[in-house]
Amino acid sequence: MSQAVPPLLSVRPSRALVDEKFSVLVENLPPGCPVTIRSLYQSEDKDFWEAYGHYVSNHKGTVSVSEDISLGGTYTGKEAMGLLWSMRPIPGSRKGLRLRKKDTCAPMLVTISVYSGHGDVRDQAPLASALVERWHVAPGVQRIEITEKGVRGTLFLPPGPGPFPAMLDLWGGGGGLQEYRAALLACRGFASLALEYLKSNDTKPKGLDMKYFETAFEIIRSHPQVIPDRVGIIGLCFGTLMTLSLAAECPTIKPRCIVCISNIHSKSNENTIQEFPQEIPEKYNKIHMMEDVVVWRDMGLAVLEVGHPKVKVGNIDCPMLLINGTDDQNWPTVEVASDIIKTMREAGKESLVTRLDYPDAGHLIEPPFSPHFRAANFMLHGTKKKVMMLWGGKTKPHADAQEDSWKKILSFLQLHLYGAPSLKANL
Amino acid sequence: MAVPPLLSVRPSRALVDEKFSVLVENLPPGCPVTIRSLYQSEDKDFWEAYGHYVSNHKGTVSVSEDISLGGTYTGKEAMGLLWSMRPIPGSRKGLRLRKKDTCAPMLVTISVYSGHGDVRDQAPLASALVERWHVAPGVQRIEITEKGVRGTLFLPPGPGPFPAMLDLWGGGGGLQEYRAALLACRGFASLALEYLKSNDTKTATVCFVQTAFEIIRSHPQVIPDRVGIIGLCFGTLMTLSLAAECPTIKPRCIVCISNIHSKSNENTIQEKYNKIHMMEDVVVWRDMGLAVLEVGHPKVKVSEVGNIDCPMLLINGTDDQNWPTVEVASDIIKTMREAGKESLVTRLDYPDAGHLIEPPFSPHFRAANFMLHGTKKKVMMLWGGKTKPHADAQEDSWKKILSFLQLHLYGAPSLKANL
Repeated sequence: MSQAVPPLLSVRPSRALVDEKFSVLVENLPPGCPVTIRSLYQSEDKDFWEAYGHYVSNHKGTVSVSEDISLGGTYTGKEAMGLLWSMRPIPGSRKGLRLRKKDTCAPMLVTISVYSGHGDVRDQAPLASALVERWHVAPGVQRIEITEKGVRGTLFLPPGPGPFPAMLDLWGGGGGLQEYRAALLACRGFASLALEYLKSNDTKPKGLDMKYFETAFEIIRSHPQVIPDRVGIIGLCFGTLMTLSLAAECPTIKPRCIVCISNIHSKSNENTIQEFPQEIPEKYNKIHMMEDVVVWRDMGLAVLEVGHPKVKVGNIDCPMLLINGTDDQNWPTVEVASDIIKTMREAGKESLVTRLDYPDAGHLIEPPFSPHFRAANFMLHGTKKKVMMLWGGKTKPHADAQEDSWKKILSFLQLHLYGAPSLKANL
Repeated sequence: MAVPPLLSVRPSRALVDEKFSVLVENLPPGCPVTIRSLYQSEDKDFWEAYGHYVSNHKGTVSVSEDISLGGTYTGKEAMGLLWSMRPIPGSRKGLRLRKKDTCAPMLVTISVYSGHGDVRDQAPLASALVERWHVAPGVQRIEITEKGVRGTLFLPPGPGPFPAMLDLWGGGGGLQEYRAALLACRGFASLALEYLKSNDTKTATVCFVQTAFEIIRSHPQVIPDRVGIIGLCFGTLMTLSLAAECPTIKPRCIVCISNIHSKSNENTIQEKYNKIHMMEDVVVWRDMGLAVLEVGHPKVKVSEVGNIDCPMLLINGTDDQNWPTVEVASDIIKTMREAGKESLVTRLDYPDAGHLIEPPFSPHFRAANFMLHGTKKKVMMLWGGKTKPHADAQEDSWKKILSFLQLHLYGAPSLKANL
């Protein structure tokens, strides 16, 4: 009496960068057999995240996640990467979690397993399992901690002799030092500096002095492996305020191009909303509390309407890529983008702007295949108070926005920072 | 400042039997460049390969899509930068590239240089680093030393149980793990067996290999009736002997690469010694092998190959200079036909391939250093093969081996409705 043969599960490639796709294939199943394919990941904070899809094998006994339709689970439809972007914490987890890699030099280890049937598989033994590595750094990428002239950040250099075009990478009001996007940009050929400009535990945030950012930009620009006239800036959320300010108001900083994700252009010295109530007390009650979730969007609209000081974007002379989600609940970023474009049009510079409004995407538009968080824990600056912040977005459209925007960002940067080479015939 | 070209190799981490795409962008149009690979082996020798390309009007070179106009390989060859590698000028002679530490990747540097001249003294325009692995994440490596058997077992990731393979190399001896590691990446629990120690003058016995087979078969994560054997060169003699002569060993299928079926107690045959050519400084055993065949030297005997009841895959190169392996395959098939079992045999004769048909994309060695057993004498052995056809044979045979094993060891599942 012979033993049942397990199905043959393969995930290719088994080691990849986080913005690369994989193919999950199950062979050697009986034909027409219902199975569940599940991903499981234990984060650096020790929480478990999972995603799963329900499939039925074809007459050859095969399931291909890239080719077949998921009939249910955390994602449906033909979704090659659904096992990553539809992940969420397992039942019983702490609330309001967000997944962000801290140690960029070690891979994420994700287990992909196949189970029999479409029921609750968590107590079943899998039929087969594979382990997959997802990396933020490619072989040869160098990680260099920067602490000079008071600037704190991490520089990632691509492999090879260089010199390279470069990027200054600015995250948002959450603060701290987030390296993962800069690491990925280095994998794609851009020397990238992730800058820490709001410490997470600062109860008195530094007056956000533009000098700090200018110094950071200079540090990159003067690095021996960076081409000084090919430095761009990428910012998200509060980081876009910084990006626009640098490009518009600092005469010594001339980024070659800028990328603004989830645009904010209303000035504020601190990443708190304390200023706004002083100016518009009658609008303060515009902050929603929906159940326990903080929603800032309408306050942002009020700030726009009342004509609160904005960055003088009409001074910007470089190409800009504006990326926003129409379901952003944190700030009215689509309206901000329209206002930026209106200003650029009045200055005769509309042709510099590319705008991408992603339907039903939320505020936190991150590199591809990372999970979506409609709401998550957020530490209000200067208060040490943790709230549940509503970011917005519907999971599938948000995942699509992350995947598409990343491709658009990379080709935008390649065009403007690697540029047209035929003029430089020095090869 | 001139902007460098943008070089990308995808994927940057892969298994050694997986392909990559090398793309160079941002070159001036119509620009001649050299793309070169460089690898420093565990023995500290440098290996290189290179191709000459010209960018298109978009300023792009794609190794997968474009033609190499010269170098160590020509034509449209996505993987030429690996399989056409050879030691750099000035290296020691007769080198062979075989990975010892299977758990660490090969680190290969791919660079792009200006022009088609000698690039070794130039600074590259751009460089990328690529990892080539023999183990996938989750594959376990277990050293086996039980019942006198020495080997390394590789288990695929997952709960199992798994079909399994016994992996037998050839007369070079020692413990070569890399093919068993790759088989584990593809779902087969695989035991690489050391049955000829490099400095052992004593003979290997079928009995020893039989014990190894038992060890795999009885492993808790192995499906006992789904164990096969793969052998190369002297290892095929062992494989055929096990399958034909041991009633308790019933492999589910066997793979024989570079077939030898003439029995020998030692890996030399004194009476035919004068048939060994010396071509310049290179030892050629092929004609001796032919003479052995002709003289009817005891083979895994006629009736005994005919005893084999399992599917067999015979893989040989027509330019094999070490042994007349194609003639041996024909002899095996003749015997199987006489026994009414020809349908069990699949034969693949690769034109202009040599003796050392290894996993894909590894370099080809027409001749290499070889330690003669029992003598401690090192000679330059001629293995044969022309580089490009040999590389093709390695790539195609590996795919055929994997699908043969998947068919016979994973088998037809519809009969097993236990899911």
